[in-house]
Amino acid sequence: MFGFGVLKGMLVTIQNFFASYFSKDHLTTVQYPEERLSAKERYRNFPFLVYDQAPEDPRCVACDICAKECPPKCITIVRDSDAEGKPLKRPKSFDIDYSICMNCGICEEVCPFDAIFMDHEFELAEYGRFEDLMYHKDRLLKPNDHFKKIRPTDATRIDAKLAAKTQKPAPPVGN
Amino acid sequence: MTEENLSTLATQTLEVSLGPQHPSTHGVFRMNATLDGETIVKLKPVMGYLHRNHEKLAEDMTYLGSMPYTDRLDYICSMTNNFAYALAVEKLAGLEVPERAEYIRIIMAELTRLVNHTLLIGFLLNDLGAFFTPVLYAFREREKILDLFESVSGSRMMCNYFRFGGVKIDFSPGFLEGVKSIIQNYPKFLDEFEKLLSENEILMARCQNVGVLSKELAISAGISGPMLRASGVPYDIRKVDGYSIYNRFNFRVPIGEVGDVYDRYYVRILEMRESIKILAQAVKEIPEGPFISPKGAAGAKAPRTFKPPKGQVYGRIEAPKGELGFYLVSDGSPKPYRYHVRPPSFINLTILEDMCIGNKIADAIVTLGSVDIVLGEVDR
Repeated sequence: MFGFGVLKGMLVTIQNFFASYFSKDHLTTVQYPEERLSAKERYRNFPFLVYDQAPEDPRCVACDICAKECPPKCITIVRDSDAEGKPLKRPKSFDIDYSICMNCGICEEVCPFDAIFMDHEFELAEYGRFEDLMYHKDRLLKPNDHFKKIRPTDATRIDAKLAAKTQKPAPPVGN
Repeated sequence: MTEENLSTLATQTLEVSLGPQHPSTHGVFRMNATLDGETIVKLKPVMGYLHRNHEKLAEDMTYLGSMPYTDRLDYICSMTNNFAYALAVEKLAGLEVPERAEYIRIIMAELTRLVNHTLLIGFLLNDLGAFFTPVLYAFREREKILDLFESVSGSRMMCNYFRFGGVKIDFSPGFLEGVKSIIQNYPKFLDEFEKLLSENEILMARCQNVGVLSKELAISAGISGPMLRASGVPYDIRKVDGYSIYNRFNFRVPIGEVGDVYDRYYVRILEMRESIKILAQAVKEIPEGPFISPKGAAGAKAPRTFKPPKGQVYGRIEAPKGELGFYLVSDGSPKPYRYHVRPPSFINLTILEDMCIGNKIADAIVTLGSVDIVLGEVDR
């Protein structure tokens, strides 16, 4: 019968319409920002730097690997040096341009010192187009506790790895 | 006015520019249509509004560095883009892929196929004028798969999940349960979708015998994917090449008869049902083991040490839209010497004029919708 197919289709829409009042499967909308979904542990957004004890002593040793491997080249690192001009194993400045970063997570993957990780923070709107989204070291550095909070599985694994490393007799450091 | 007078009336054709900001063009695609009344006599596609220099950029980056960029080719199916690129580089470098990684890849590729076809059918209905009811049902189901992608790779759409010689990371806990629930519930959704659409008289009237693509023309124009199969050519690279481990799975290749828009719609519905079959087999058989080979893991950790030997290679897969291929030339350095993409939607689009001539302008929109293009891939 002509028109039967249309009626059958309308039955589907009516079923969905009424079910949306009773069933969570049919009304999946989340009323952001009042309601929020919990972030998945592996969710990645923008990178941040980890420090263990004090922000003056980050894990980053300014090796520049992440800056070289970053596909859109959004990381800029300047290595610190002491009074005599000898390079130190810490960054003098560490800038990430969040307006260029494309959240691929390659910096985290290639970092040999487990110093840079992808954050869960996503509400980062700013008024300025350029300087406001340029994150400097002070805004990038976050404590290890923050990393433990957002990604417990990875944090436990990496903490165990770092603890095993420090227990080994440290090689003589030539000063 | 009599019939005789009408035929001698001086008429002229009208040029209409559709796009690049037209909502029906699936992005920034532009069609310059020449109309005689409402009938199309000439149609010229204009592309390049979303050109992002993908191929040249890749020549100045390590092999791994291009992986996140391949996500952005066809941004609806980033997993299959990763798959094709990883396959090409593995062929070039001669890398082995562990068993478990192969299964993970198949699961991801078939989930992506579900995402793509579901979404396409939703948008096709949008083009027909059924505004947003079908597409929202499609979005609802797609969201469940994207949640799975996010839980495993960290991102919903830009997954960046494949690595040369395996995948980035193993499944997150609960992922396989999620896939099992998709396998269980997706057929129900497809039944509902079909009840809503397949026998709908309006849809049939608008889609049947519209935008017909003959078998011969489809083959000679190099069309691939569901479009080619809708024209009645049983050509599926999963069967022909048997790349990865596809030859272990039991599935059929649905083909159409007429090659019209309705066939293209229906072939995709059937393909989704076959994908669910593959998923069910893969989830049942997936072995334990490493998810990346040691050599691949070393390459992912230090991309600058990953130097494939000199040579050239073409790796291709059956992406949801058709044959997606990567042609790579290596000169032995960590960066590819030449990097070329064979995007399915670009080549499928070349035939648009032949399918549209003689049809009404409203049918051109539907025909374009059934070609299944993503402009990120067309313009690159």
